[in-house]
Amino acid sequence: MKLTYRDIDGIRVITAEGARIDAAVAISFKDQMREFSEDAPKRIILDLATVEFLDSSGLGAIVAAMKQVGVERNLELAALTQTVGKVFALTRMDTIFKIHTDIDSAINIGLANAS
Amino acid sequence: MVLRDVLRQVMDFLRARNFSTDLCGRVELVLAEALNNVIEHAYQERRDGTIELTILQKGDALEFIIQDEGLPMPGGDLPSGKGPDLNVDLMDLPEGGFGWLLIRELTQDLNYTRTGKQSQLTFCMAGAPFA
Repeated sequence: MKLTYRDIDGIRVITAEGARIDAAVAISFKDQMREFSEDAPKRIILDLATVEFLDSSGLGAIVAAMKQVGVERNLELAALTQTVGKVFALTRMDTIFKIHTDIDSAINIGLANAS
Repeated sequence: MVLRDVLRQVMDFLRARNFSTDLCGRVELVLAEALNNVIEHAYQERRDGTIELTILQKGDALEFIIQDEGLPMPGGDLPSGKGPDLNVDLMDLPEGGFGWLLIRELTQDLNYTRTGKQSQLTFCMAGAPFA
């Protein structure tokens, strides 16, 4: 699991470049998230479009990433695939995270709020 | 990782028998959680433990039997699977405790028995789409 990031309109978009966030990659995922969040702007969006499989360890890693981001910044999620969305719904973690349909709408919401 | 290979084999097996994408997705998640529990807790990450996985087809449903000879479930029974309390401050949000919640939500007839040195977990998963 490799992460990449780009900044768009003052928003850091972190993209998961892999199909699975599971027990095998949870620690490296958390470490990369910490690295990319440290100097990030206030809004951070994690793009999960390519992630087809998320288990409870992967979910725990995403929660840990949100805690690492702290209260000064916000970690939001975008583009959950069907199976990943199910994990968030079943654990009610969908009530904790701000979840966007896709990256474009996540960014546009930010612009709409600013205008 | 060995577990990923096992999951891939099971998924290939089910897809080749035309089980729905939806069921395959649920099976992959439940098996990942159940097998990870055995690896992490029953075998404490030991590399030499044996896990036996049996899958029985019963109409459009599947029955799963997972056997191991690791440590028994604490208290001799399955965790409640209620899931952790989310009504807490950000920094207190739980990073674990979701595994059994997912297993319980996605399976039927979940049962755990310990006979001598052997633990056995059984459950069913139906082909009907998950609501």
